[in-house]
Amino acid sequence: MKSHKKSKQAQSPFRLAIRRFIKNKLALAGIIVLALITLGAIFAPLLTEHDPTYGDLLKIEKAPTDEHLLGTDGSGRDNFARLLYGARISLIVGFSAMLFTLVIGVVLGALAGYYGGKVDNLIMRLADLILAIPFLVLALTIIALLEKVTITIFVTVIAVTTWPSLTRIVRGTFLSLREQEFVLGARAIGASDLRIIFKHFIPNAIGPIIVNATLMMASMIIIESALSFIGMGIPQPTPTWGNMISEAQNIRILRNHPEAWIPPGLGILLTVLAINFIGDGLRDAFDPKSNRR
Amino acid sequence: MTNLVQNKGTEDKLLDVHHIKKYFPIKGGILKRTVAHLKAVDDVSFSVFKGETLGIVGESGSGKSTLGRVILRLLDPTEGEIYFNGDEISKLKQRQVRSYRRDMQMVFQDPFGSLNSKMSVAELIEEPLLVQTNLSRQERKERAIKIMEKVGLRADDRLKYPHEFSGGQRQRISIARALIINPQLVICDEPVSALDVSIQAQVLNLMKDLQDEFSLTYLFIAHDLSVVKHISDRIAVMYLGRIVEIAPKRALYDNALHPYTQGLLASIPIIDTDDTKQERKKTRITGDLPSPVNPPTGCPFRTRCPLAHERCSVERPELKSPENDEHLVACHLYT
Repeated sequence: MKSHKKSKQAQSPFRLAIRRFIKNKLALAGIIVLALITLGAIFAPLLTEHDPTYGDLLKIEKAPTDEHLLGTDGSGRDNFARLLYGARISLIVGFSAMLFTLVIGVVLGALAGYYGGKVDNLIMRLADLILAIPFLVLALTIIALLEKVTITIFVTVIAVTTWPSLTRIVRGTFLSLREQEFVLGARAIGASDLRIIFKHFIPNAIGPIIVNATLMMASMIIIESALSFIGMGIPQPTPTWGNMISEAQNIRILRNHPEAWIPPGLGILLTVLAINFIGDGLRDAFDPKSNRR
Repeated sequence: MTNLVQNKGTEDKLLDVHHIKKYFPIKGGILKRTVAHLKAVDDVSFSVFKGETLGIVGESGSGKSTLGRVILRLLDPTEGEIYFNGDEISKLKQRQVRSYRRDMQMVFQDPFGSLNSKMSVAELIEEPLLVQTNLSRQERKERAIKIMEKVGLRADDRLKYPHEFSGGQRQRISIARALIINPQLVICDEPVSALDVSIQAQVLNLMKDLQDEFSLTYLFIAHDLSVVKHISDRIAVMYLGRIVEIAPKRALYDNALHPYTQGLLASIPIIDTDDTKQERKKTRITGDLPSPVNPPTGCPFRTRCPLAHERCSVERPELKSPENDEHLVACHLYT
């Protein structure tokens, strides 16, 4: 550890973490896979000329051809186009739900952990309340009560029902930081609450926050697919991986057209696996002690 | 020095502490009601004069760190007044206290926990300027480099991070951080007790040099008398949240009055040559510090005092001077 290279570059803890992360092969593979999937989603219009929502009723449940690489679905829509555009939805839902949850979770967790007392009690009892109801039941109830489910609403529902776990982590980290002498030191020089939170607490809590946010994104993608699979997620004809797999509920398609549901299934599997590898890599990078097996 | 201290009038008092108490409530039961109080600091009064070093000595749990934090208003006192430069600061709101923190700074004990590991040395040292002044980036940098050289750090170390330094160097960073805004009073909370003995002397000498250069006033907290001997002008001995003896350094080392102080002095290891052989009143301190939640009645030290008599368990001894105004002791043996 003390092998100082005489480089100009200062060894900031963050930079050290990034360096450890890049050395992790599994995490790097995760980044590459996720990058490829993201590129496919972004450049979907260049990779296929089909409209994922346009159904050609003369071509229902066709086997793969040169024109339709993965065949067509029950409404005559091109499966390959749906796979690419579905990646967009899955990634957008996963990412924005994660971001939304991150904002709620970090803000509430920071308030609870920093101020303690009544603020803490109020926030944590609310979190307990939400955690006491099984996630699926809660999400399904809210969705069932809504008339129309758009992506924005869907993301909001996921964020509102999943923030407690992140809030607990942030709160716990803040509580332990509060007892540290450097926080007292910051107060002793006259730093304001805001400065202490942003300059002293968050940089020290960033590791667990990033790691959990990453892992959370993976579970958000699974949640989206699961809800779409049972028809309570993003409604048709918007393509999502979950929507595509729900076609496999039909035994005929399940048996005769594996090309219709295996690719989106693999898509979910690979994306979630990649993100989880990245998350694990980040954890090891930010907390090298957890790596000693 | 002794004469100087004696002749100082009230206008030379930088810090004046009157009957400070800090009780921590202990909550229990389902309703979280306060069931008892931990009396960390129990009725402490003293003054610190401009330019001097007052050493505060006591074993762990004697309330000396709490006292330091209360003076800096990192903790709110339960009772009592604190005058800084004649201004009453114990009742101020936290927001108002912030401006006083330009003049009062603290050096902490733990060189590893007291620096934010995610900030570079430059950020750490410049932070007080950023918080307290409107200096430009360039001015902050110049002042940081200047103070770094003063405390014996190299200016090229600016961009390094705390984990790249040893304990002694980190403590130099802490000192630079405390001194960069030219405070009048620096509260040093056991600044060297986590360091190797060889480094301790270095840091103490540095602190003494800086005191002369910047005419600083120190409140120097330590847990044994050997460390404060080097740096203090006067020394206060704390026991269970109270000051039991306060005196100029010479008077305390040569003529300790309180049995507890005598015991502390006897516990300093010395090399016994014929020249240095001192006649020490051998008072052995045995047992542990009683609980500050439920302190002994009367004199707090009576449970461990070899000279305790009946009166000690009934009446709490006042801090009084048996000889002269500057040597005070709280013990019934002298009244």
